[in-house]
Amino acid sequence: MSLPLARNDLGVKRLAPALPSRGFLRLSPINQRRFANFKAHRRGFWSLWIFLIFFVASLGAEFIANDRPLIVSYKGEILFPVFHNYPEDKFGGFLAETDYRDEVIAKEINDNGWMIWPPIRYSYQTINRQLPTPAPSPPTWMLSKAQCESAAKRFGGHNQDKGCDAIEWNWLGTDDQGRDVLARLIYGFRLSILFGLALAGISSAIGITAGAVQGYFGGWTDLISQRVIEIWSSLPHLYLLIIISSIITPSFFVLLGILLLFSWVSLVPVVRAEFLRTRNFEYVNAARALGLTNARIIFKHVLPNAMVATLTFLPFVLNGSITTLTALDFLGFGLPPGSPSLGELLLQGKSNLQAPWLGLTGFAVIAAMLSLLVFIGEAVRDAFDPRKTGR
Amino acid sequence: MPFVSDQPLLTVRDLSVTFTQGDAKTLAVDGVSFSLEPGRTLALVGESGSGKSVTALSIVRLLAQGVAPQGQVLFKGEDLLTCSEEQLRAIRGDAITMVFQEPMTSLNPLHSIERQIGEILELHGLCRGAAKIRARVIELLEEVGIPNPEERLSAYPHQLSGGQRQRVMIAMALANRPDLFIADEPTTALDVTVQAQILELLKTLQKRHGMAMLFITHDLGIVRKIADDVAVMQKGRIVEANKVGEIFAAPQHPYTKALIAAEPKGSPPATDLSAPTIVEADDIRVWFPIKRGFLRKTVGHVKAVDGVSLTVREGQTVGVVGESGSGKTTLGLALLRLIRSQGNIAFLGQRIDGLQSAAMRPYRRDMQIVFQDPYGSLSPRLSVGDIVAEGLGVQNRALPVAERREIVARALADTGLDPAALDRYPHEFSGGQRQRIAIARAMVLEPKFIVLDEPTSALDMSVQAQIVDLLRDLQKRRGLAYLFISHDLKVVRALASEIIVMRQGKVVEAGPARNILKEPRSDYTRALFAAAFDIKVEAAAALDQ
Repeated sequence: MSLPLARNDLGVKRLAPALPSRGFLRLSPINQRRFANFKAHRRGFWSLWIFLIFFVASLGAEFIANDRPLIVSYKGEILFPVFHNYPEDKFGGFLAETDYRDEVIAKEINDNGWMIWPPIRYSYQTINRQLPTPAPSPPTWMLSKAQCESAAKRFGGHNQDKGCDAIEWNWLGTDDQGRDVLARLIYGFRLSILFGLALAGISSAIGITAGAVQGYFGGWTDLISQRVIEIWSSLPHLYLLIIISSIITPSFFVLLGILLLFSWVSLVPVVRAEFLRTRNFEYVNAARALGLTNARIIFKHVLPNAMVATLTFLPFVLNGSITTLTALDFLGFGLPPGSPSLGELLLQGKSNLQAPWLGLTGFAVIAAMLSLLVFIGEAVRDAFDPRKTGR
Repeated sequence: MPFVSDQPLLTVRDLSVTFTQGDAKTLAVDGVSFSLEPGRTLALVGESGSGKSVTALSIVRLLAQGVAPQGQVLFKGEDLLTCSEEQLRAIRGDAITMVFQEPMTSLNPLHSIERQIGEILELHGLCRGAAKIRARVIELLEEVGIPNPEERLSAYPHQLSGGQRQRVMIAMALANRPDLFIADEPTTALDVTVQAQILELLKTLQKRHGMAMLFITHDLGIVRKIADDVAVMQKGRIVEANKVGEIFAAPQHPYTKALIAAEPKGSPPATDLSAPTIVEADDIRVWFPIKRGFLRKTVGHVKAVDGVSLTVREGQTVGVVGESGSGKTTLGLALLRLIRSQGNIAFLGQRIDGLQSAAMRPYRRDMQIVFQDPYGSLSPRLSVGDIVAEGLGVQNRALPVAERREIVARALADTGLDPAALDRYPHEFSGGQRQRIAIARAMVLEPKFIVLDEPTSALDMSVQAQIVDLLRDLQKRRGLAYLFISHDLKVVRALASEIIVMRQGKVVEAGPARNILKEPRSDYTRALFAAAFDIKVEAAAALDQ
């Protein structure tokens, strides 16, 4: 069809305001306003920064807490143990993987070069073999001087008169297998967040689509899908999980898949209700009159207006995902043994009440993480509300 | 209890109301003063947002919490703004009563009307004992003209029509023989014929009981009919106050002059039978099945549109008039194939009934619709530019973004909006501006046929006139064919060259506008015109409640 409206070639002066110059992020004016609204929500904005710092830091967990040095110079050769497995015979040992914490190897390397270590010399599964007290061992700063000195003496440290500085620090103590709690926290935080984001992302994509289709088309589509969902969501999730995890070893992705089977349902009723309400609005009729396809009406006209309810719900879905994983680990049906997991930390806290640092750290980290996510979600919701024009 | 004194019944002195939202303060009412004597009617006139309703609500301190009106409201010598909440409660519903605009939501849907009216009587203790209260309720219902009041006692609000509900509200307001009756746009939500009846009723009741009435409206026709004194409000101030005759004869303030001049004027293009036909519809029927029983058998039909035929020609307007529920909107939607219908529809000579939605898409650019409610018809989450550009994207995918913006800007400029508004959200615009955006959205595709579904009813008078001018101007420039649906006959008179009068889905009368307006043939049309143009109740049995 010809387009009668393109009259620009007639040399008429342009009427449209120039597209505003876009800043660093190339945001459209509307998104700029959304960003300004987001920033105006101080608590959410700061929560986002704090969360991002921790999250990005935990993404590089290998560089913060690891039982291998970052860089090793050995006999004039520069090695990167973080990225590469070197067999121990390279340094005169016999293991398939080098244990850089082993005193003989460390001495060999230091005699023939140098090592740069990450700030924490434990990985999530490194066992501290020089515990000052039987595991679980309290944070080093909680130890008395006598305890430290006796430990230093026992393991033959060099500076036995320096008190607790003579032994390697465990900032948050160790768990009941002698593993450093801080290192496990960093790895566990990363795992929880990634798992939560993946689960929340995929399940809301499925849930929003299902809810949108049901609400928008209504009638038989809605009726049948609602019944299917009712039956589906009344299946006993936990028992199924337990049965499945006794057949296949639950890895990250297996757990993600199993939880996904049930978690997508949670967003459906909210989105469906919003769509049922919105689909009769006149602007939807107007869009139909313009000849728009159903898919376009759903995604461009109805969905944005159903977004406040959805966004309000989203932080809870994300938190729910994280909590589910934690709960499964706590019950022992989660990730394989040895994985860094916040739920496992809580479980240890429960079974070792004499070591309160386990339970307390686990609680504090989970509470802080969940609160930060809820605050961020709150700010995002405000940002997308068109009636809000900052404060 | 008539109030005998030489002072006025109600004196409002220097009333100001400020709304605070965040740091922003809005002065909704700014130093308003007036007085009202027993037995007289004062009309507060102004456009929406001028502070009329806020003024009325602050008299009985019914504003939202935390909003404190400043000034003085003396009722029988007592300052209502400083007296205690208990004293106020005794006055509200007793000496001062109110009727609100929306009859659909001002009655409690879970209580029978006997209970709702009886509650007021009981609360203020004028009537004791169930039998006495019942007798008084029946008396009141009779007074406000509800037929067979004994049988209606146990009716629930949803069983009553809009006009009847408003009558029940008035009965509640009259229950304790108030001295001051505040009516906040009591007829705006009603059909013209019902509006005329309600106004008539209010006038007789006022005369009979000698109460003072504060009447809030935006409709000058009603003011002329009912008021003794008029106060014109603009932006929270009273700009002019006078006797009703003098206001209309010699308005002083420019705003009053503008308001009075705001009635839709101008005449439609003459009927031209030789103009090419755009839309031709024959025997259109939209029947909704009524299903009953376990097997959902169809036992009958609601005939929303029942055998309507019409022809819309290029550059001409067909006006469809009728009360609410007469099937006007359904007819418009059926012509655009937005709901299922039977009967032939030909668009530019092509049969379009029976086409699937994908097959309809090429036709959509030539046929558009503008809806009644400018607040509901624009998606609040899209910018104005996106809203108007939406159709362009569907009809021409290859259009570059910059080009599209330019076309949208032109369409906005054509409808009298600043193109710089492109990147703003609809909620930042007034009702009239939003309706312009909706018109721009329809116009941007350069359609040949537009269904205008009450495009002016949600707007203020002065804005109505502007929109009517805009529509006529666009029609003249582009040779558009309009189907103009409205219950507002003044607007139809200004736009339509042909008129179809509908009632309960059927055509009562159809023909050239000039003939029908001059000499309507059916009783129904005559009653409709009397109610619309003179706000008079025609004694035609043809009208329902």
